[in-house]
Amino acid sequence: MDLVAQGIWKALHLLVTLDREVIGITLLTFEVSASATAISLLLGIGIGVAIALNSFTGKRFVVSLVNTGMGLPPVVVGLFVSILLWRSGPLGSLGLLYTPTAIVIAQSIIATPIIMGITIGAIQSLAPALRLQILALGATRRQLVWILVREARLPLMAAVMAGFGGVVSEVGASIMVGGNIKGYTRVLTTATVMETGRGEFDVAIALSVILLLASLGANYVLTVIQQHERPR
Amino acid sequence: MNDAAPTLLELRDLEVRRGGVEVLDVPSLHLRDRELVALIGPNGSGKSTLLLSMMGLLERTAGEILYRGSAVPPGRALIEYRRKLALVLQEPCLFDLTVHENVASALRMRGIGHAEVRRRVGAYLERFRLGSMAERSARKLSGGEARRVNLARALVTEPEVLLLDEPFTSLDPPTRQSIVDDLERTIRDTGTAAIIVTHDQEEALRLSDRIVVMDGGRIAQSDAPSVVLNDPQNAFVASWVGMETILDGVICRSAGGELVVAVSGKEIGAVGDGSPGDRVYCCIRPESVVLDIANPSSRTSARNVFAARITSTTSAGAYLKLRLDCGFPLVAHVTRDSFAILELARREHLFASFKATAVHVIRKGDGAAARAAPC
Repeated sequence: MDLVAQGIWKALHLLVTLDREVIGITLLTFEVSASATAISLLLGIGIGVAIALNSFTGKRFVVSLVNTGMGLPPVVVGLFVSILLWRSGPLGSLGLLYTPTAIVIAQSIIATPIIMGITIGAIQSLAPALRLQILALGATRRQLVWILVREARLPLMAAVMAGFGGVVSEVGASIMVGGNIKGYTRVLTTATVMETGRGEFDVAIALSVILLLASLGANYVLTVIQQHERPR
Repeated sequence: MNDAAPTLLELRDLEVRRGGVEVLDVPSLHLRDRELVALIGPNGSGKSTLLLSMMGLLERTAGEILYRGSAVPPGRALIEYRRKLALVLQEPCLFDLTVHENVASALRMRGIGHAEVRRRVGAYLERFRLGSMAERSARKLSGGEARRVNLARALVTEPEVLLLDEPFTSLDPPTRQSIVDDLERTIRDTGTAAIIVTHDQEEALRLSDRIVVMDGGRIAQSDAPSVVLNDPQNAFVASWVGMETILDGVICRSAGGELVVAVSGKEIGAVGDGSPGDRVYCCIRPESVVLDIANPSSRTSARNVFAARITSTTSAGAYLKLRLDCGFPLVAHVTRDSFAILELARREHLFASFKATAVHVIRKGDGAAARAAPC
């Protein structure tokens, strides 16, 4: 218990004293995860709505693929992104491996199916007559999609939370494609793993507490928005 | 309704199939300017499918829709076509927005300016008595209020054609009546042509210039309300407009417009056209049947008097519905007072009478199957 208390105390100390390294790691963590979530939102909602609204051969298979992707192991994503970005890999010439961009790419791949899956479910759970009613009001295709997304905004907010939660907490992909380079690609999860490996439990606990607090803060903001919107 | 009014909407050889099964087959249907048409028929008869097809929301297997004489093409023109119409579905399907924003939604889709949107929405909120709840969330509305918002949202675009798919179901009678009043006033004021799907015969008679009866995806009859009501063209329409007794018979004798029809070994006097040997349906409204304890033959002008036995009694709102066995089945309505006065609860045998003019005769067709050996 002393170790935990010591870790929490250390976390508070690091935060209160605005430790430059910890603040840098925290900011990078959010910058990377927020970017990945934003990219995943664009891709996940766009493709998810298209899948939900269109009938095509193999739709069930595609949806089951997306659902499988919702549980994509980060280390598998890390492995394939590493191979892609490896110096001799297909995208090696871009020189992205061990950069924050590489982490954004990997995390986007992790979050996109999560957001896409929730989007498909959210759009399909809207009343079937709603789509007919919107078209009957004279909507164009673009207006139809916009209104459907607006009507499904509460579950889509949950998708944002799930996507962000999924990427901010993953470590496998970040460490594989980012390399945990101090001051460059080190994020809260990779730093925690490293400090644990070094036996620096108090620092590891401190970083975990910061990760938890930061994650709680972000989700609290999203939850407040969601609850404000919820029908009463 | 002026028969010379120009045709707004016309369907030609419209056919819709789902999974290889024909769900709609309408060779011809038109809607004239300012005309109000009631579409009636049982569940699954294709009424909603017809409205969705008219709106261009269902893929049709064959046929075409003409608007003011021009075929409605697909693509962007279909959206422009839809914007001249409005469809009100059975469920309101309101957006998770305020009442004002719901009513404004279709106007915003059309890119109408802010000031005009406010003016029109304000006017239609007042018209449908929603002015005090403009800023209320649509999710907090009662069933009746939601229907009003739904109607206001459809009519605020000032459509040339309004399609209503059972817009008043599951509402209590006073609320329903009040909304029907507001709708009727608005439609008459604006001169909007409309097609309303309803199960309510009274509503159909009150609102419409013409009634279209549908059965199995086809139009069974399309006529003025009084014609549909008094001169149904087939047994299905007859039953739908309240002729609860429909009997198979063969014309025995025919003279001067008076017929004698053999039904299950009994003879029924009727008025109509036909020749001996014609197979016919004799259709009788339950309210045309008079019940007596004693034989009324000597004191009634009714041609048809039969000894009857009550086989069942069921409640039918203000009336009781009696199923009688007169050698053929006959349905009669009797008030609860008459039921008590005649002490029908403890009587099994009585007399049923009805006039020859109360029997609507429908010939079964022109082919050989429609003929039988004369009596």
